[in-house]
Amino acid sequence: MTQGQSVEKILVPFKSVPDPYAGAAASTSKSVINPFDEIAIEEALQIRERGEATEIVGVTIGAPAVDEQIRAALAMGIDRAVRIDDARALDPYAVARILRALVEKESPQVVIMGKQAVDDDSNQVGQMLAGLLGWPQATFVSKIEFLENKTRARCTRETDGGLEIVAINLPAIITTDLRLNEPRYVSLPGLMKARRKPIETLTCEQLGVTVRPMTTTLSTSSPTRRAAGTRVGSVEELMAKLKQEAKVL
Amino acid sequence: MVETLVLIEHDRRQVKRPSLHAITLAQQLGGEYALLVLGHGLDEIAASLVSYGAAAVIVADDPALAEPLADRYATVIAEVARKRGTKTLLGTSSTFSKDVLPRAAALLDAPMVTDVLAIEEMDGSIAYRRPINAGSMLATVKVEGDRRVLTARATAFEAPAANVAVCPTERFLFDAASLPNGVQFISREQRASERPDLTESRVVVSGGRPLRDPETFERLVGGLADALGGAVGATRAAVDAGMAPNDYQIGQTGKVVAPELYIALGISGAIQHLAGIKDSRIIVAINKDPDAPIFQIATYGLVGDLHQIVPQLIESIRRG
Repeated sequence: MTQGQSVEKILVPFKSVPDPYAGAAASTSKSVINPFDEIAIEEALQIRERGEATEIVGVTIGAPAVDEQIRAALAMGIDRAVRIDDARALDPYAVARILRALVEKESPQVVIMGKQAVDDDSNQVGQMLAGLLGWPQATFVSKIEFLENKTRARCTRETDGGLEIVAINLPAIITTDLRLNEPRYVSLPGLMKARRKPIETLTCEQLGVTVRPMTTTLSTSSPTRRAAGTRVGSVEELMAKLKQEAKVL
Repeated sequence: MVETLVLIEHDRRQVKRPSLHAITLAQQLGGEYALLVLGHGLDEIAASLVSYGAAAVIVADDPALAEPLADRYATVIAEVARKRGTKTLLGTSSTFSKDVLPRAAALLDAPMVTDVLAIEEMDGSIAYRRPINAGSMLATVKVEGDRRVLTARATAFEAPAANVAVCPTERFLFDAASLPNGVQFISREQRASERPDLTESRVVVSGGRPLRDPETFERLVGGLADALGGAVGATRAAVDAGMAPNDYQIGQTGKVVAPELYIALGISGAIQHLAGIKDSRIIVAINKDPDAPIFQIATYGLVGDLHQIVPQLIESIRRG
């Protein structure tokens, strides 16, 4: 690669999820781009705005209803989008296998995606995709810098023990953590422009991939709620409760 | 053949205690289980694992594994699982296992279930219960296929009892030169702390945005934690504002804790945070907003100004 050459293509897979900030009282569930994937989109945009990438392609899997979130991603500024038309309840491994087929078709140098979807909370797809492709991975990333004419990236990872820095050879998979950036709001001109941007629809069959989810959700339930406790009026009363009633001090 | 392979995590000096909790899930699943530990210079760590009822402690010890790089670790883990005919590969939920195990699952062509809370028998097969939507719902899932990968929530399974019988330690031999080389370790933040580990501590004190700055956070949250011999945690907002480092974050995307005593200072109680604390035995909330949602789940709530209450509380604890 020559000096200053940019990453040709960044692929950003994203998921449509029920709005996690809608609150339990919301009667209709509005869908949004998974917040971690929104961070991935923002990061790809910032990389392109710095002149370090040429094209950003978004991909999601779902029924035509997810086109609304695709429009939102296009309005943020990604160049084009692919919807893989599959309305089944897929598990992370099925998603990873479908995405592998798309990565092979699109040949991006970098895949950036959220570390987890806030509905399912599995935190699996990026790592599985990296494993299937045999690509390096950097998960839970809060900072990305490209090195050596975009042949490697230096990533800061948020781990249980604090921050860790690794360098990964490209092509690679990067999963985003919360503090990577603050996603931009969609602007009105962005929305207008998004209407003219292409959304390509592909089926698994067209991608040449046959997957069947191996995980099935049998039922869902509400966890037992903690009962509200007692209000205390002073530090003395709190100390007395902790010592005599709770016996934790 | 070992039915279940339990991945054990360590920090080079010793085993991370929460990672032992997955052994309890292995015991509940039944059948033989082996423990697997990867790294370099593991003699003492391996020796500390021989009395947990496993068929063997399998040790992959090599300079190439000195740092927990996902591409290498997943390759070795999958190789061990394949050679041993493992049906269930299991670890405790942590950033380490969440980095490495899904990749190993893909290499094994196996589905994975994250954050298992409990197992139940259903029509002759095992179903796994796990939290979804920031723990506001529980899902019961089943998996197909010959192999599966699981992570267990440490707070949902007891620590395993060590017994007298000692199992053999086996060195797993592999070709280090053929391991992937796509990730290079550069550095790790070294922050010496005298305080107990957040996920292991009997007492956790954590703070939210009203703590304002790192100095106030340390003086009030840190000060109260030290008075109680506890660990320090934080909300996402406090970490985002730079008051506390990322590994203090508790909640849906941070750590999950279940101490005997959890003290929430200036924490309103977003469901994303509650997801990480609601199995604590006693929750104390101190907040100036009487309508903060945290009071709905707190064992004891005290409405008032942190800046006045916390120093009084520290003083009162120190007096005994």
